[in-house]
Parts: sequence; structure tokens; C-alpha cells
Amino acid sequence: MSATATVPVQDAREERRGLRLPGPIALWVVAAASVAISLAREISNNDDLTSANTFGVAIRTAAPIALAGLGGLYAERSGTINIGLEGMMIMGTVFAGWWAWEYNPWMGVLGGVIGGALGGLVHAFATVTFGVNHIVSGFAINILAPGVARFMANLLFEGESGGSVTNSPGASGEIGVFTMPVLSGGPLLGWKDTPDPLGSLADRQWFLVSDIASLLKALTTELRLDLVLVIVLFVASVYVLWRTRFGLRLRSAGERPSAADSLGVSVVFYRYVGMLISGGLAGMAGSVLVIGANRYSQGQTGGRGFLGLATLVVGNWRPAGVAAGAGLFGFFDGITQRIDPGQLILAAILAAAILLAFGIVYSVMQLRPGPALLMAIGGAVLLWVYLTIDDIRSEFVFMAPFVVTLIVVASRGQASRPPAQAGIPWRKGSQN
Amino acid sequence: MNRRLLTTFAAPALAAVAAIVVSSVAVLVAGESPATAFKAMWSQIDSTESIVLIVNRAVPYYVAGVAVAIGFKMNLFNIGANGQYVLAALLAAAAGAAVDLPAPIHVAMIMGIAVVVGATWAAIPALLKAYRGVNEVISTIMLNYVATNLIAYLLAEHFRNPDQPNIRETRVLPESARLPSLNSLFEAIGFDFGPGVVLHGFLPVAIVLGIGYHVLLNRSRFGFNLRVSGENPTAARAAGISPRRMIIVTLIMSGAIAGLIGIGPLIADPQFYKYGDQFPVSYGFIGLSLALLGRNHPVGMAAAALVWATIERATQALSFVDIPQEIGIILQGSFLLSAIIAYEIVRRLSADAETRAASRETPGTRTIAEAPA
Repeated sequence: MSATATVPVQDAREERRGLRLPGPIALWVVAAASVAISLAREISNNDDLTSANTFGVAIRTAAPIALAGLGGLYAERSGTINIGLEGMMIMGTVFAGWWAWEYNPWMGVLGGVIGGALGGLVHAFATVTFGVNHIVSGFAINILAPGVARFMANLLFEGESGGSVTNSPGASGEIGVFTMPVLSGGPLLGWKDTPDPLGSLADRQWFLVSDIASLLKALTTELRLDLVLVIVLFVASVYVLWRTRFGLRLRSAGERPSAADSLGVSVVFYRYVGMLISGGLAGMAGSVLVIGANRYSQGQTGGRGFLGLATLVVGNWRPAGVAAGAGLFGFFDGITQRIDPGQLILAAILAAAILLAFGIVYSVMQLRPGPALLMAIGGAVLLWVYLTIDDIRSEFVFMAPFVVTLIVVASRGQASRPPAQAGIPWRKGSQN
Repeated sequence: MNRRLLTTFAAPALAAVAAIVVSSVAVLVAGESPATAFKAMWSQIDSTESIVLIVNRAVPYYVAGVAVAIGFKMNLFNIGANGQYVLAALLAAAAGAAVDLPAPIHVAMIMGIAVVVGATWAAIPALLKAYRGVNEVISTIMLNYVATNLIAYLLAEHFRNPDQPNIRETRVLPESARLPSLNSLFEAIGFDFGPGVVLHGFLPVAIVLGIGYHVLLNRSRFGFNLRVSGENPTAARAAGISPRRMIIVTLIMSGAIAGLIGIGPLIADPQFYKYGDQFPVSYGFIGLSLALLGRNHPVGMAAAALVWATIERATQALSFVDIPQEIGIILQGSFLLSAIIAYEIVRRLSADAETRAASRETPGTRTIAEAPA
């Protein structure tokens, strides 16, 4: 009896040995990543790695992925797995293309939200009301959505000037951009040329300082207004989900539905609401693509709904994690639009190798040789690639986000924390 | 028995009605009459040529259905069948064009390579799930995209036909690597399809696969273990069936069969005999749909494959009467969606009925349960 009891205690003590960092580990990861990227820029002598332009492209390509991921977050937090994000995003693109052309770009965003929410409603109807397996229903939506989108495009755009079954006519008008006054030189109440301290800092190439300044510069300079809305939605989601009664109830439907039910919270209602928000956000992700390209085109989503799902897993079901994952994937997605993508990828590989070196130091301080060894092998491979290969083919660039996701998911193991009851059908009276 | 028949056929019938209603609404939205649409669709499939074309199309669909159904039997979603079979088809096409062998050995080699490649690619999610607990839905979705890019790279850099520098495709397979059509077989029993109509030679392979699937599932020890693990994991573990081993074997077997999905088009369809940009890349998704519609049953999936191919053939006629062809995808998608909902409704109703029947048959249960201890 006592012998069996002492074993786990010893394990726990072993876990606590070695050095522990103060504060949340996530902040340390962000700090280490920043230093690694700055170092990689200095060593590879590739200033474009952290230029405001590169960050700008990454933000534009990351936004739809991030929104889809946020959509997945609302679904899974309320207890529904949403494999149908891609399909809902497709619905969003066709509605957004339609309304952006018929009315204006802002109506396009609204249309995208509505189109995606329709898909979310179907998914909620199947999974919440009828208890259909969540993967099956989401899969069916992914099959149905492209057909509906093409059918709508055929009816709406075919024969119109500039439109066809595969793309809508251009949007009517621009959505507008925003530049922060005083920090990035935007106009302020008639004062046209306010100072641009971020821009001048970014140009100095000071270690770490300039890199962070470029990121902030990209976030505050000529940012499309729909992307500003994306940032607002992320901040608002953190508040709503973790600081309001609504958020607590929504999450309780995903963590412990029977407990929520016993306290008078309607699990069915919150799962429906969660799915409508999820579909709406996925649809808006589609509208962001449409506004970026100024029109709907067939196949526009290109798997970004699935990438959004991947950010959810990589980001451990948290908004900040989703945003970070989307930023990384957006970098890979947008990098091919830059002048010399092969060199940028090599610099990014060097940054990853440096980050792994930090990880090795941390693991050694924690007296955990296993992870340290694995990271050493991974780092050695990356370093070898950096030193021996001159150019990276675009196919491997596109592959990178998916491989990163696989590695993260495989290496995290027990640290993964999805909502406890996500994906498990719930009926009133069941015990889960 | 009657009740069982009813529950088996009620759901698909309900779903078919729902799908016809939805697509009729879509036709009305398009400003045409559903009667015109369905009449045109019927006249399109009402010929021997159409039936042969439908069977040709249904064969790889059926192989895909069997491949994912094996996973489904253990509640494993092999969404990665697409990546598994396309990678297998590319490597088999490249290897098949590179060597010269006598006919039966050549064909066997191509099939063998496809099976091994499919199984190997499926081994990644299998091992990740068994040893790291990674959900196979996530890993197979990711691996599909990895495969897509890997294939694009391999085709562009290594396996491209050097005689066709402007087209991305492998070299054409030699005669010895192709499966002959079944026309002569049918002509021998006095059945002539008419000029230009070819029944592809992969049909017997699909039939053998279907029978093999049935035997494996219902007549073998492994099949028993598989069904137990899928229906009651706790009971399976108590009976000494290793869940880890079952996950690995099942997913790898699913991938091995998935490897054959593209081989029908590759070696039996005169349209291909090579891997190129025109090669179909999403039959795996169709296989998932068919396994769901046919409830993983060997005959049910065959019926579903024929329905799927029939819808595709029939809706080709819609463009002649100025109706969007996309009605076909809407018909398929709404059929699938309503079918899975209908199956769930029927399952719940029959489960409730069974509970009621059980409590009727044992009248004492309630009083015993409620009696104070």
C-alpha cells in the first residue's frame, strides 16, 4: 500500500527539480522567439526577415487563418468540434463576393459573416439537436459548401461584367486603411504629418528594438479596416470568454455540460450560440480573403480553414495561442509574395534553430535530457539545412505549417488541453 | 426482422426524399422546373453506355469506401486517404513506367508499390496516435497537405516525363502494365456494349476487395477484435485486445487499401495510364461519404458508390437544359447530410424502443431498483 503510494510522490519531486522560471512560460517563449529572430536577422544579414513590409504581408495572410482559428475556438469551447470551418469559410467567400460587389466592402464582411453562420447553423442542427458525430457532420458540410458556392456563383455572377461561375465582379469601393497618428505618422484632426517614431526606429536595425518596432509599425500603418476589426475581435474574445458570465456559461457547455445543465444553463442554447459565432467568424475569414483580393474566386480558401483548425490545436485552445499560430502560418503563407522567399525561409530556419538552442538550455536546467536530445537532433538538422542548402523550393514552404503542426502536436503530449467534452454529443440527462 | 429491415431502409429513403426536395428548391431558385431537370437527368442515364460509364466511375469510389470503412469500424477517421492514394498512384506510375516486365508481374508490381506506399503514409498517423495520442483527424488532415506539396515537388523534379517538358505528368505506362478491358469477356456471353464503350478492367479487383472486406470483418479473428474495439473499447481491453496494436494495424490496413484507389484509373482507364494534373485527387473524400452512406457495409457501400456515380453522370445532362450542373453536388451533399441525420434519428428511436421493450419484458426491474437497500 505504502510502496505504491510513494512512487508518484517521487515522480512529482523529480518534476520539481532544477531551475524554474518565474512568471508564465508563454511570456518566456515569446521573449526567446523574439531574441532568436533578431539574432537570425543579424547572422544571416537578411534585414527583410523583420522588415515592416514582411510583417505587413504576414499580418494580411495571417488574419483569415486567425479568424478561422478563433471560429474553431468558439465551437470547441462550447463543446462542438468544427471540421467544417473550411466549408463555412467557402460560404463566407461567396456571400462576401456577392455583397461587396452588390453593395460595398463592409456589406461584404457582413455577408461573409451571414454565409458562414448559415453553415454553422446546419452543423449545430446536426450535432446539437440530433447528436450526429461532429467529424461526420463537419465533413459533410465541407462536401456541400463548394457545391452551394459554385451554384450561387453560377446564378449571381455568370454573365455579369467581370464575373463568371468561378469569380465575382470586383468589389464596389475600397474598405479604407488606418494609420496610427503620432506613433506611425498617421493624420490626426487636420494635422497631416504627425511624427513617425516607429518607422525611424524600425530603420535603425538595432538589435531587438528595431525588430519589435517594425512589427508595431506594420500593425499600425495602412492597416485595412477589416483587419483592424480582426484584432478587435481577438481582444474582445479574450474578455468575453474569460471575464463575462456569458463566456463562463459557454465554456461550461464544453467542459462539463451536465454540471452546467444542473445549474440551469441551457447547454443546447450555448452550443447553438457557439456554433453560430464559430460559423460567422469562419465566414468573416472568407470575407477577409475576398476583400484582400477585391473579389470572390473559386478555391480562394485553399485549405485555410484547416490551417485555422491547426492553429487551434497548436495554440492549445487559447485566443493568444491561435493568434501566435496564425502569425507563424501567415508568415509561411505570405512569404512567397516577398522578393526573395527562399532566403527568407532560410533565415527563418536559422531562427528556429536558435530557438531550439534556447529550448535545449531550458531542458538541461530542468534536468530533462529526453526533450533536450530531441531538440538537439532537430536543431542540428535545421542548422545543416541552413548551412548547406542555397534555396528552398516553394513546395516545402507551403508544407511547413502542416509539418510544424504535426511536430507540435506530437511533442506536446500531456500538456495539450482541449475542452473536456468537445466533440461528445450531449443529451439532457446524460452524465458527462 | 421486419423492424430491422425498416430501420435499415427508412433512413436512406428519408434522406433521398430530403435531398430531392433540397435540389428541387435549388432548381426553382435557378428559375427552372424540377420536372425538366429530373426528366433530363433520367434520359441521360437511360442507356447501356451510361451504365458502363457509371460502373467505371463507381469502381474507384468503392475501393475508397472500403479503405476508410475499415478505419470507421474502429472509430478511426482516415481523412488522409486522399494523400495516401495520390502519393501511391504517383510513385506506382513512376515505377511502372521505369521498368519492363511481363504483363501479370508488371501489374502486380504496380499494385504492390501502391499498397506499400499507402500503408507507409498511413503508418505516420497510426504511430502518432498509438504512441503520442495524436488525434488521427488532425494528423491526417495535415498529412494530406504535406502529401499534396510533396507530390507537386516529386512530379516537377523527379518523375516528370522528359519527352513532354511543358506538361507535368509521368511517362505513359507500357502495354504490359495495363489491365485489359472486360468487353471481350461480356462479348463472349453475347453482350455487346456498342462502339467506343469500354468497361474498365479494375472491376474484378474491387469485387474481390469487397468480398475480402466482408470475410475479414465477419469471419476472422482480427475482424472480431476490430468490431469489439470499435463498439466497446472497455470490453476489448478487458478481453486482452491491445488498443495500441489495433490502432496501428487498422490504420495501416486502411492506408494499404487506400493505395489502390488510384490504381484503377491509372492502369485500367485509357484516359490516364499516367499520373498528371488531370488525375483525380479527392476520391478519398468520396470514399468517406460512401462509407457513411453505406454504413460500412460491403453491399451498402457498393450501392452508395453506384448512386454517387449515377448522380454525377445524370447531372451532366443539366447543362443541355440550361440548369446549373452544380445541382449534382448539392444533391450529393444534401443526401449525405440528411442521411447521417436520418441514421442518427433512427438509431435513437430504435434505442429508445429497445429500452421500453426491455423494461416491459422485465416488469420487476423498476421495483427492485427502487426498493431500499
